[in-house]
Amino acid sequence: MVEVPAVPVSPLDAAEAVGRAQQSKGYWQRVRTRLRQDKVTLAMAAVLALLLVMVIFAPYFTLHDPYDGSVLRRLKPVGTPGYWLGTDEVGRDLWSRMLYGGRLSLLAGVVPVASALLIGGFLGTLAGYSGGLVNSAVMRLADVLYAFPSVLLAIAITGILGSGLRNTIIALTAAFVPPIIRISESVTTQARHLDFVEAARASGAGVLMIIRYHILNNVLGPILVYATSLISISIILSAGLSFLGLGVTPPHPEWGLMLNSLRQALWVDPVICAMPGVMIFITSMCFNLLSDGLRQAMDVRL
Amino acid sequence: MWVYIFRRLLYAVPILLGVSLLVFALIHLAPGDVVDMLVPPEVPREVADLLRRRFALDQPLHIQYLAWLGRLLVGDLGISFFTNRPVADELFSALQNTLMLALPAALLGFALGVTLGALAAFNRGTWLDKLFAATAITGVSLPHYWVGIVLVSVFAVIFNALPAQGMGPPGFPASWEQIKPLILPVVTLSLIPMGVISRLVRANVLEMLSHEFVGALHAKGLLSRRVLYHVMKNAAPSALAVMGLQFGYLLAGSILVETVFNWPGSGGLMNLAIFRRDIPVLSATILVLATIFVVINILVDVLQALIDPRMRR
Repeated sequence: MVEVPAVPVSPLDAAEAVGRAQQSKGYWQRVRTRLRQDKVTLAMAAVLALLLVMVIFAPYFTLHDPYDGSVLRRLKPVGTPGYWLGTDEVGRDLWSRMLYGGRLSLLAGVVPVASALLIGGFLGTLAGYSGGLVNSAVMRLADVLYAFPSVLLAIAITGILGSGLRNTIIALTAAFVPPIIRISESVTTQARHLDFVEAARASGAGVLMIIRYHILNNVLGPILVYATSLISISIILSAGLSFLGLGVTPPHPEWGLMLNSLRQALWVDPVICAMPGVMIFITSMCFNLLSDGLRQAMDVRL
Repeated sequence: MWVYIFRRLLYAVPILLGVSLLVFALIHLAPGDVVDMLVPPEVPREVADLLRRRFALDQPLHIQYLAWLGRLLVGDLGISFFTNRPVADELFSALQNTLMLALPAALLGFALGVTLGALAAFNRGTWLDKLFAATAITGVSLPHYWVGIVLVSVFAVIFNALPAQGMGPPGFPASWEQIKPLILPVVTLSLIPMGVISRLVRANVLEMLSHEFVGALHAKGLLSRRVLYHVMKNAAPSALAVMGLQFGYLLAGSILVETVFNWPGSGGLMNLAIFRRDIPVLSATILVLATIFVVINILVDVLQALIDPRMRR
């Protein structure tokens, strides 16, 4: 036991120390300052917010019904009066469909990550905290799921269970659970052996209390950063499933599905055909850059 | 070393068993009866029952699973419901076609990725670094199936220079006629590995450069080229691991790009099997692709241990 040398503390010094402690910023405050200086990340967050608003309030940003087609105005080019982005292969306004399509695409991109975060986070924290047999059981389960590349697992599940939004979400959740289990398990295992957790346990804190205050606070940062980058993959994959005909079913607008149905018009108007992909690209790019910014601001290493 | 390899192989056995169990469970979770889906509704019950017996679908589940597993172990992947041909034949030729895309795409993506990543790290903060970082993040954010469509519209529809889809004459790609149809899908597939690898290599090299041994090597008067060698060697193991994963993704995850280019690979086969409800083909394809992925991971682990003895735990 190392003896801490007793330093005589004068009242003045103590006051100064308290003042300095109040001045020095906490972790989250530093993160916020760093984020505020990061122009790219702020811009990406703004673009995503704008996209979200436009997608949710799509009726206010569009002139036409996204389901209203007409043979007379099939595949109008970009810049047609009244249909500034043109029309699709059955004459529906492309701009309306792009915005309305964002609803399902974003939903199918975000919900799987959120549910994988809940399931994987719970299992990973449980495995990391309890160790032993529980740990082995959970991690071997994750290993089995890890034996599938995520695309293969997602396609296998939707291919066998059938298409539709619900199965897409189930499939992508299953594909994202294993990496989240791994990360939360390793972070929890590291945090569990930290001194302050031992101290909390020694002073009689319950398991839930320790997990809530000491483990989760350490686990949440890395997992959130990772999840933000997963959303980008999730959007690309869910649109990809629809593109294969395994996701959202027609005539609902969804970016991947639109890309699939417009493909037959590739030789007529390649510009129109490529349009829905631009939305997938922009959204996934924004989430990727946002994740990079968060990682830097939160100083997370994965 | 041999002990390590043996242990690593042994560890793959329960994982592969789990994979087979998962595939089997998924197929039996699927809604609807396989036979009812295959035969028209007006077929008499007796015929449907005959089919069920023929494919041993009337047995209890655990018997079916064990029988399936037993056949798999001797290399019998079953008979296709649809073409009545052995699944192994179809799968083997499809895998060859997939490999024809995945191998060049991996080489292209890895070479570009390592070059861009290392150059960016050694020129940290310059416009070159920023340009390469932008290229890398674009590579990982692009929906590759869409890139395929865009490439087709530019090079096939507008310039009419390359074929939009399909495969050239069969055989090893040696002539221009055989290479031509490969170009667009290979470029499309190489984008993601390029982005992922260059981001990783940049981060790894930067971390290595911050270590003290680099300064020591310089101080010893070592040529920059030799220092570069040491830095890259230290950055290699984790890059290798990710390369292995990426190669696995290219092999098993190329279904989207194969669909865009109508490529008769394993992804195309899987897509066809899904829409035909051809369960033997579907389950065998999933299982074999997952097995390949597991094997690639083992190879990467062994390779990593060869480079870096600390990994042999």
